[in-house]
Amino acid sequence: MSYIKKSPWLVHYDGSSCNGCDIEVLACLTPLYDVERFGIVNTGNPKHADIFLVTGGVNAQNLPVVKQIYEQMPEPKVVIAVGACACTGGVFHDCYNMIGGMDKAIPVDVYVPGCAARPEAIIDGVVKGLAVLEEKQKAVAVLAERAEEERETVLEPTVAMHKQQEAKK
Amino acid sequence: MGKSTVVPFGPQHPVLPEPIHLDLELQDEKVVKAIPSIGYIHRGLEKLVEKRGFQEYVYIAERVCGICSFGHGWGYSKAIEGLMEIEVPRRAEYLRTIWHELSRLHSHLLWVGLGADALGFESLFMHAWRLRETILDMIEQTTGGRVIFSVCKVGGVRRDISDHDLKEIVSRLEKLKKEIDGLTALILNDETIHARLKGVGTVSFEDAKALGCVGPTARASGVPLDYRCGDEGGAYKELGFKPVTDTAGDCFARCKVRLLELYQAIDLIKGCVENMPAGEIAVPVKGFPPAAEYFTRVEQPRGEAVYYVKGNKTKNLERFRLRTPTNANLAVLVKMLQGCDLADVPNIILTIDPCISCCER
Repeated sequence: MSYIKKSPWLVHYDGSSCNGCDIEVLACLTPLYDVERFGIVNTGNPKHADIFLVTGGVNAQNLPVVKQIYEQMPEPKVVIAVGACACTGGVFHDCYNMIGGMDKAIPVDVYVPGCAARPEAIIDGVVKGLAVLEEKQKAVAVLAERAEEERETVLEPTVAMHKQQEAKK
Repeated sequence: MGKSTVVPFGPQHPVLPEPIHLDLELQDEKVVKAIPSIGYIHRGLEKLVEKRGFQEYVYIAERVCGICSFGHGWGYSKAIEGLMEIEVPRRAEYLRTIWHELSRLHSHLLWVGLGADALGFESLFMHAWRLRETILDMIEQTTGGRVIFSVCKVGGVRRDISDHDLKEIVSRLEKLKKEIDGLTALILNDETIHARLKGVGTVSFEDAKALGCVGPTARASGVPLDYRCGDEGGAYKELGFKPVTDTAGDCFARCKVRLLELYQAIDLIKGCVENMPAGEIAVPVKGFPPAAEYFTRVEQPRGEAVYYVKGNKTKNLERFRLRTPTNANLAVLVKMLQGCDLADVPNIILTIDPCISCCER
């Protein structure tokens, strides 16, 4: 179990699934499972979200939509593929227009199996996703620290030098 | 009147659990025209019938849609049974009716929740889904699955329900009925819900007939179209079934029809349990489907679904065709959206209870 400081928000999208996993994702939010007590909120806006819960094996028409939602999400972000068809294509793997698996469209961090995936499995997947999110946050923090160092050692002295030269003129 | 603007709605939209795209042509706040475009969930399942054996395909048919999965499995099995002239045992038909009506209960409660969410009534969404979980428990206890049960097969059903479990289902439904009473009273007497739904998205009797809409959408406009009335399969004929109808044709009427159907489904399940015949639950299936065609219908929670099969004396079928209720209701949705306010669009879309994965297959 991981500990994170902020409540993770998630965005959910149906990438050509049969709907079974999507209603199980919604069932996670409702009183029996109730993930909202952990501060997890289902948001409709990809720019508000940290976690992308995505179902289905993605067909040709849905591919650009899935990619667009993924690209709109701010870094760091975690993608959780929910259900057998998001993992491998499932029963639809040899349909003529399915690309067969979410990882052929966008990078996936956690796979949740099941047809349909049970709410317990989805919650477990989200908890695993939180650990990945934490690592990614740390990586982003290291980058930010490096940028801060660079600002202190390179940028600020240069700016100060320029200001001195301006003053001399 | 200002210049008209086009607002895209979907495919990713908070009120829709599934992707559908609508181009809404607006003049100020009024919708002048709505142009739906679909295909985000099209998986080509009808074509898959050429790659899977006819008995194996029941699993695929169930995965046409995760909400009405049992109905699709039943519809497909019924079509094959008709094609191969298989007589299904009565007990199997009664068990199928029980599971189908349990699916209807969970589907309608799910819809009440989503509809309430579209109104901004989030606590009602939570309550409806809390009640839905009790239905899912019954389904899980008797079949092993929550949303996709894989319990229907060509020639009968896979599992029997013991007398003890049947009694338990009835007693749990009795308790649930009291809770549904509260839900119904709340929805039918709430002023805010009246203000949001009454007179919105009205469909006249003539339009409903002319545009060929089905299910609760048709019944709310006074068209008594319910395939359960004339159903050869299932236990409906013996239980004496009468469709629930309303005449107003607006969003509120559609909501009311679905709520009253909850009670009807409970009564049907009780009737099935009381008159449950003894005997076999399945008959063996031998040989391949003949080179002939057959078509049949099933009344799904969203309306009538039509199944067509064509065999060619091999393991695989030559053609399987499925017309789903949402497909039939999209035409009337476009009509409903004309002239409504932009803020009412989510309500109107949800009152036809769209199931996009059924629609696109």
